[in-house]
Amino acid sequence: MSLMATTRTSPIHHREADVIIVGGGFMGAASAFFLRQRGLSVILLERDMIGQYASGVNFGNVRRQGRYLCQLDLANRSRALWSRLPELIDDDLEFLPSGHMRVCYQQAQIAELEAYAAAPEARELELQVLSGKALRERFPYLGADVVGGSYAPHDGHANPRLAAPAFARAARRAGADVLEGVEVSQVEKTGSGFRVQTEGQGEFRSAQLLITAGAWGDRLSAQFGEPVPLVPRGPQMSVTEPLPYRLKTVIGVYTQLEEEVVYFRQIPRGNIIIGGCHRATPDMVSRRVSFEPQAMVLQMQQMRRVIPQLGNINIIRSWSGIESYLPDSLPVMGPSSQVEGLYYAFGFCGAGFQLGPGVGEVMAELLSTGQTSTHIDSFHIRRFAAAEQRERVAV
Amino acid sequence: MISRFVRLDEQHRPRVTLQVNGQPVDALEGDTLMVALLTQSRHLRQSEFDSGLRAGFCLMAACQDCWVWTRQGERLRACSTPVSSGMDILTYQPEAAWPVHES
Amino acid sequence: MASSRILIVGAGPAGVRCAETLVRHGLRPTLIDENRRDGGQIYRRQPEGFQRDYRTLYGSEADKAKALHDSFDQLRPELDYYSDTSAWHLSGQRLYAHQQGRPLELDYDHLLLCTGATDRVMPVKGWQLAGTYSLGGAQIALKNQAVSIGHEVVFMGSGPLLYLVASQYLKAGANVAAVLDTSAFSKRLSALPKLLSRAPLTARGSLLLADLLRHGVSLHFGIRPLEVLGSTDSGVSAIRFARADGSVSEICCDALALGYHLRPETQLADLAGCAFQFDELSRQWLLQLDDLGRTSVPQVYAAGDGARIRGADAAERAGELAAIALLQDLNRATPELAARQQQLHSELAVLSRFAQGLSEAFPWPAQHAAQLSDDTIICRCEMISAGELRRTVQAKGALEVNRAKAFSRVGMGRCQGRYCAHVGAEVIAAASGEPLQVVGRQRGQAPVKPLPISLYAVEPTDPAPQESMQQPAPEVLS
Repeated sequence: MSLMATTRTSPIHHREADVIIVGGGFMGAASAFFLRQRGLSVILLERDMIGQYASGVNFGNVRRQGRYLCQLDLANRSRALWSRLPELIDDDLEFLPSGHMRVCYQQAQIAELEAYAAAPEARELELQVLSGKALRERFPYLGADVVGGSYAPHDGHANPRLAAPAFARAARRAGADVLEGVEVSQVEKTGSGFRVQTEGQGEFRSAQLLITAGAWGDRLSAQFGEPVPLVPRGPQMSVTEPLPYRLKTVIGVYTQLEEEVVYFRQIPRGNIIIGGCHRATPDMVSRRVSFEPQAMVLQMQQMRRVIPQLGNINIIRSWSGIESYLPDSLPVMGPSSQVEGLYYAFGFCGAGFQLGPGVGEVMAELLSTGQTSTHIDSFHIRRFAAAEQRERVAV
Repeated sequence: MISRFVRLDEQHRPRVTLQVNGQPVDALEGDTLMVALLTQSRHLRQSEFDSGLRAGFCLMAACQDCWVWTRQGERLRACSTPVSSGMDILTYQPEAAWPVHES
Repeated sequence: MASSRILIVGAGPAGVRCAETLVRHGLRPTLIDENRRDGGQIYRRQPEGFQRDYRTLYGSEADKAKALHDSFDQLRPELDYYSDTSAWHLSGQRLYAHQQGRPLELDYDHLLLCTGATDRVMPVKGWQLAGTYSLGGAQIALKNQAVSIGHEVVFMGSGPLLYLVASQYLKAGANVAAVLDTSAFSKRLSALPKLLSRAPLTARGSLLLADLLRHGVSLHFGIRPLEVLGSTDSGVSAIRFARADGSVSEICCDALALGYHLRPETQLADLAGCAFQFDELSRQWLLQLDDLGRTSVPQVYAAGDGARIRGADAAERAGELAAIALLQDLNRATPELAARQQQLHSELAVLSRFAQGLSEAFPWPAQHAAQLSDDTIICRCEMISAGELRRTVQAKGALEVNRAKAFSRVGMGRCQGRYCAHVGAEVIAAASGEPLQVVGRQRGQAPVKPLPISLYAVEPTDPAPQESMQQPAPEVLS
């Protein structure tokens, strides 16, 4: 599938703002919205369409459990914002706090789920680890391979196709310039701020710069001397025909084997959305990526392992997109270690959707006050500079 | 008998009997499931998103409007499935009675 | 190169002539087809045990149908042929299909897509009611099953097929209540020079018309469809339309055959990454092809109505040309092939001119898309209305067809936009004032058709606990 489309360039009204955001995914759109709430002027530059690559094609998990514990402070802040939808942005993202069940196939993993649930960072999640009779009573449809699971009552799901565009519209209504069809070619620090060159759409200037360019974020950070080992990957998503709405809980498999990592959610219209088991390698020149046949085969097999009753349903559609992964599975988020006024929020490793509103609010706080009350230090870009230095020393 | 389709020719084929929603229905060998059903009834299934009933549309396996079910839950596209004796067909989604409940 | 693996998808006129040409040159292609029997839709063979003769089934095209079926029967031992086989994806020169519930994976070096066409439909308010069928579907009911789609049938839309199927129904003894053509009769006169490129065919069309009139069938030209009347439980009961003079009429019926010529089936080409181009005359996206049928992707070829809507005669020739292209690419070109290529090209030029004449005589009524009432369903699968789609354009700024789909769900259902995406694009274009080509083309997504999740079964480690399958008190969806 080609993700490129004939994106028309939005009319350009301003060339200068307090903040330029490069990249109109969920992170950029949410940041634009919250920056406007704090009164900063914003120009958001998106090469294609808002939310086109990772933000619009992901699974739609509003899931906290299973994240690294160091992410939960940010995830909790984001979860609180999800609760304020749709009023917050006056738009419905089809968010359902339906609960999330993280199931496992091995007895030994139940203890791991219990340890996670007992961690102080996870307290707010109110996790309940189930096994044996309690598991079967509560989720009678789970297959015999499933031996246990961790139930997160406040996690849920939402519609990723709607999220970033809705935040972008809200940002626009609040006065942000959200420009589609504007490709950034070069970014540089000037004496007083930043100069952003585009392909054929002239130059923009700002006091501060926020890079939320997803799988293209590393190219921009490299222009400031901060390369990161980012790897683009295409998530594999498929969807079934509509069925009676019964699977109200989002279910995901906790396992070390990628091919077993299936996750799925049913929407009230009845379709079951399925993801996982495989990731494709995008062509970053054509910006094309496929849903690959082997993903369909694996998802079919793994779905039926979790819920054998689903044996007869039809898959009607599939899709992919372009996500950004980093070797430690943590994002790059926070200030630059090199350049004053430069900030990053990209590389969310296929787990950014739930964080979107929180990232927007934290970045707005950070850019407008210079600090944030949320723990994001583990995501600082300097960790890769340190890694590179260690490597150099080792050589 | 309220039917939708009307047989015009080729009526001297051997009879086959299938079950539709638990009732025996006669059809002719070589019928598609769709013809077997719609020569006896006005529709094939319920639309998921409104109160309307559906009776197929394209007859060439493209529009996906004519899916029906076997009692075992298999999906059959009625326009491209030949009828056979002993078929046990449902015109409602068997998952409607799924024992899937969460307490 | 003799070991080149050649895969042809589709056993209609294009696919069969393509296979025949390759076999004649010593190759053994694999041919897969979704139907149980060869012939495609146009020359679809009736099931075993049916008795009607070729003349009854195919009328004036009986000899061509017979010739194609005979060719196929002779070819059959020289092919690896998979009938009743549905392709659902392709990747890395491997085609993924299934046959009777079993997966089938076919590797190829060269892929020839002869995937045919489906009806092109302009929605009308109420067309989701049971009893509305595509025009091609109405013809298949008769040809393949010897049934009429209803007790009283109205034929509505435009194109030569409208008159052909109506007269076939009449001949077979069905009740034809009316033929309602959106094209003005005058269009036929202005297109006459092109139509006369195949004068006998044009004359035959006029005879069909005369035949319908003689049988007292109500004929109306230049109409605008207003509504399919009826109820959700009993289906279609009448058609309401505006005559050319603006007056409104209703015709009682229990079935409607609706069609406006054809649209190509291009899902596999799309999944293979083939480029498309916008065709102004037909307002459709067609595969980008060279004059032999090579797509933009090396070693992928397309022929027949899936490539260009020109009818069965052209499809036979295009199928042969695509085979010639492949032979050239295998360095098996010969002077005989070059001569044959020239002859085919000159024959196709005539057929193309005629097809163009038909498009002008029976134009796609694009302007009707703007006039559809807000409560007209656009997407039958998902039950999304024109009004909902227009709100997506106006309130959410979705000016591109895939974006509008993402926001509105038009084109997201089981049919993957086959019957709504082109109309959705027209509605978006009308609502936004953008040209149709700028609104774009809905991208194809696997699976090509709904795919049973049971296809790739794992050996069950252990079936689900039986007790949980039989939990008490199942809620029944109302």
